[in-house]
Amino acid sequence: MKEPGDKASDSLPILKAAFQKTIPVMFGYIPLGIAFGFLLAQAGYFWLYAVLMSVVIYSGATQFLAIGLFINHAALIEIAVTTLLLNLRHSFFGLSLIRKFSGISSVKPYLIFALTDETYALLTAMDEPSQQSKTRSYFFISLLNHSYWVTGTLIGALLGKTLKTDLKGMEFALTALFVVLAIEQYRKIQSLRPFIIGAIVGIVCLVFVASQYVLLVSILSGTIMLLLLRKKE
Amino acid sequence: MAIIILLTRILPFLFFRKKHPSGVLNYLERNIPPLIMLLLVLYCLKDVRWTSAPYGLFEFGAIAVVIIVHLWKSNALLSIMSGTTAYMFMIKVLVST
Repeated sequence: MKEPGDKASDSLPILKAAFQKTIPVMFGYIPLGIAFGFLLAQAGYFWLYAVLMSVVIYSGATQFLAIGLFINHAALIEIAVTTLLLNLRHSFFGLSLIRKFSGISSVKPYLIFALTDETYALLTAMDEPSQQSKTRSYFFISLLNHSYWVTGTLIGALLGKTLKTDLKGMEFALTALFVVLAIEQYRKIQSLRPFIIGAIVGIVCLVFVASQYVLLVSILSGTIMLLLLRKKE
Repeated sequence: MAIIILLTRILPFLFFRKKHPSGVLNYLERNIPPLIMLLLVLYCLKDVRWTSAPYGLFEFGAIAVVIIVHLWKSNALLSIMSGTTAYMFMIKVLVST
């Protein structure tokens, strides 16, 4: 992957590089955002609510789940617990970004807020930019991804139906993105251990754990396995 | 919802603000991303129905395309586009006929 310019003055190349990196996410977020906006509008909510949710919550799985919870008039506590369980994985994301995010002061709160699966994947897979360009590089990537999600939601909430069939299958871009990033991760650390642990834990969890908890349970148990196997280095 | 999600994202940064990253943290920093990446790939496949036609072959085929193209050209965008195009083509052409 290309390294953005290191001069403090030119933000444009950094923005360009960030945009290039986020294109796959755009292909994933816009159709998904459209689907979300469309569904919430179908459930009878004003389009602005869908957009607001995407700006403030910014979590695909949670927002889709929310539609179901809203329709079923779920209790507030139920919504809170489900949200917590579904998103606890973000704490693990942060755990491995503490050092990367050090030295970033001004936009750090936003970076933490906007840390989705896909943004996390991009930030950890890329070569760490120089201290000067790091802040802007990370910020642009996070902001672009966020804007795709909001844009998709807006389109979906306003138009919906007509675009839906043509985009079928496009969400595979996200799967493909994760595959590519997994390969990049391997090239970076040259160790099969996390992948072997991931494969075993992931498949076991897919079979035995309810789908809304799969990601959390598998990341949790995978991390524990990593810690347990650390001594044998 | 927004508050809880923000909480989960902010938590580790609050806990480890003062301390310098230790050996364990270093180890986790290196090993968690590849672990999570693989888990995310598997998670994307959670809705695939393995027991009935087409037995997840579209997904596997498209992932194979991504891997091959990526090992060959190392161009992330190209790999993702070709895999996604292959996938969209397969579900459109093969399912409807």
